[in-house]
Amino acid sequence: MTMNLKEIENHIKEALPDATIEIQDLAGDGNHYSATVTSSQFAGKNKIEQHKMVYNSLKGKMGNELHALAIKTKEQ
Amino acid sequence: MDQQTKDLINKEIENNDVCLFMKGTPDSPQCGFSMAISNILKILEVNFKGVNVLENQQIREGIKEYSEWPTIPQLYIKKEFLGGCDIIKEMYENGELKKILKDKNLSFKN
Repeated sequence: MTMNLKEIENHIKEALPDATIEIQDLAGDGNHYSATVTSSQFAGKNKIEQHKMVYNSLKGKMGNELHALAIKTKEQ
Repeated sequence: MDQQTKDLINKEIENNDVCLFMKGTPDSPQCGFSMAISNILKILEVNFKGVNVLENQQIREGIKEYSEWPTIPQLYIKKEFLGGCDIIKEMYENGELKKILKDKNLSFKN
């Protein structure tokens, strides 16, 4: 099972509309991505909470359709 | 998650100050992300327990719910969930991980 880059971006964008998102397909196999997400909504939250916000935006796909997504979050 | 699974996870976390839920073992990790955290802990010469979730399907699924975190590896230090691979790598690189180990009175190579 795979997920394309645009789908990932759309999911994150839906949950965090102000976010700047940079996604890379690391292995070119549609299964290993890295995402850098910058959003003002991360302010005042710790890293675990920030990463959970990104995971939650993917609505359970993380760990299922999506095998690997390295996440880096930044506050705007 | 049933009570038995919860008890199993609680036991690992309570009995091991540094507890890494991972795929494979520290000597033979079965996933690059698990290997990354395991290697960081080895470099820091931290005494840790690697719990191989591939050997226990209950823990493999249960830990995700337990931590409300969808992926493995997961690192617990003194019963506190610290994060997965990305966060631990970041904390290692910016020195936060050492600070936490120090604050929690755990021995490591500085």
